[in-house]
Amino acid sequence: MSAVPTTLARRGVRFRRALHGLLARPGLWLASLFLLFVAVATLWPGLLSSADPLAADPLQAQLPPSAEHWFGTDHLGRDVFSRVAHGARYSILIGVSAVAIGSIVGSALGLLAGLSRGLVDEAISRFLDVVSSFPDLLLALVLISFTGPGTLNLIFALGVAFVPRFARVVRAQTFVIARSGYVEQARTFGLTPTVLVLRHILPHALAQVPILATIGLGSAIISAAGLSFLGMGPQPPAPEWGAMLAEARNYLRVAWWIGVWPGVAITLTVISISILGRRWQASFEGRRAR
Amino acid sequence: MDPQNTTAIRRSPAAWLPERLGLKRGGLALQIAARIGSGLLVLWAAVTLSFVSLQLAPGDIVSLLIGEQLRTPEVEATIRAEWGLDAPLPLQYLSYLSRILHGDFGRSYILQTDVTGLVLSQMLPTLKLTAAALVVALVFAVASAVSTAGRRVPRAIAGALELTLVSTPSFWLGILLLFVFSFTLKLFPVSGDRSFSALVLPALALGLSLGAVVGQVLREGLERALEEPFALTVRSWGTSDLVLRLRHCLRHAALPAVTLTGWLVGNLLSGAVITESVFGRPGLGRVTVEAVLGHDLPVVLAVAILSAFVYVALSTLVDVLYLLLDPRLRDESRETGR
Repeated sequence: MSAVPTTLARRGVRFRRALHGLLARPGLWLASLFLLFVAVATLWPGLLSSADPLAADPLQAQLPPSAEHWFGTDHLGRDVFSRVAHGARYSILIGVSAVAIGSIVGSALGLLAGLSRGLVDEAISRFLDVVSSFPDLLLALVLISFTGPGTLNLIFALGVAFVPRFARVVRAQTFVIARSGYVEQARTFGLTPTVLVLRHILPHALAQVPILATIGLGSAIISAAGLSFLGMGPQPPAPEWGAMLAEARNYLRVAWWIGVWPGVAITLTVISISILGRRWQASFEGRRAR
Repeated sequence: MDPQNTTAIRRSPAAWLPERLGLKRGGLALQIAARIGSGLLVLWAAVTLSFVSLQLAPGDIVSLLIGEQLRTPEVEATIRAEWGLDAPLPLQYLSYLSRILHGDFGRSYILQTDVTGLVLSQMLPTLKLTAAALVVALVFAVASAVSTAGRRVPRAIAGALELTLVSTPSFWLGILLLFVFSFTLKLFPVSGDRSFSALVLPALALGLSLGAVVGQVLREGLERALEEPFALTVRSWGTSDLVLRLRHCLRHAALPAVTLTGWLVGNLLSGAVITESVFGRPGLGRVTVEAVLGHDLPVVLAVAILSAFVYVALSTLVDVLYLLLDPRLRDESRETGR
């Protein structure tokens, strides 16, 4: 069958339709543009700001925003714009790594539970029930009280807290797909279990994971910033957004700009991620419904 | 903690035992008993998990419990005696269970106090904050959903506002509120918990983003209810639109929102940890943060078990209420239980 040309043509149509949708929706445009900025700041912050985010200069302390210091300077005279730009690396990488841990471990557990059924499934599902009877943030706090604060420990704690939501979805999907007609049929063809799982169950069971991960990234970034605000993450003088806000809280009376920009950065990043994630989810579900 | 995605909100832990026991056909009392039973089992497992994590954590248990306190032979001897560390492991576990059943969460060796007493004494300010934030969240959700459901432009505006609120970290919202209303306008106190006005800003900071999530769910439900035939009937009586929404549709829309209760309260409690430290309020959150930073494990574990208890109790209660309020659920489960 000539499956290849038709998928290619369909892909072309889909791409054009996506492009058209992008132009019709300014929100999607702005969100993509902003995330591009954040991506540049994460990978190559020097490109956006040449000032050293750690260089203190007491003579330049608490200057309001100006042409020279776009976002002003903080209580130690460090350039706030440069700190926000360099902070993207911490906040984004912590969020992305935590979601990566959560989605990989969660998908593995979910697949295992969905495929094995019986006792293994029961054990995994009950374990997830127990873990998720603690609120995520509190679970992360409990883990940090064992490991101590720090960037890597924060990633680990948040990642573990994110496991159940991925495991649940993947388990449910695997369960349905492993019992569906086409898998039964494939089994009658005499396929080995490995081929059956890898080629026919896995791709469909995991189809939603990237979308869930995108949507979860927003809350991971917020939680990571919150925990860093409490002093559980990167330690000063690291320019992490949450930690910067914790410092800024003490200087609100005299220098509002220290306490505004890191928060703007977090909020805009999370809004942009949500817009893209929701759009992706909607188009995914729409295609499935048709 | 995932306000971006309400589908990720977990199902009630109480729904599991009735399914396992094949109790879908059983009487109401039996179903309720089974739900309470599975809630209790989850709690027992949570307590067990805390015991296991103490055993499995790297380092010996005494240094875990002692935190950053100086380790002297006397302190070590007290801990060994209090936790019965010289007894075999199963006995240690049983005595741990029985102590927690009796409400005894051990001692904090850093603060030199009884953990249960400490937690109880700090509970009131946190309860005040979470209750006030709950009111903020519900008022915002109902107002935003009722006034915008089914109306194109207001709906888009409310949607954008909710997206912004959900994406704003509560501690930053708190900092902004502090700057505007405390430092600039001087309307509210900066910190502490001395008067009612000290509660306003923290409750707003904690409640608004959760209210935005509930608002989204509520609006969806309202829009579904407004399209039902009964809404048309009520309209034909000449009832005003507001009365239709408030009196007739809201209760239909409220049912899916009620399932969020456990999630909502869990988030309020853990959000309080951050909000209390932004506003310098006393309470459980402050105690928790200090305990985590100081490796004061007895306190951290007590707070965690307490919050799991609140979460499980609430979601079991909601589950049971559902069964009592909505007979369709009983019928439905009978049908699917074939």
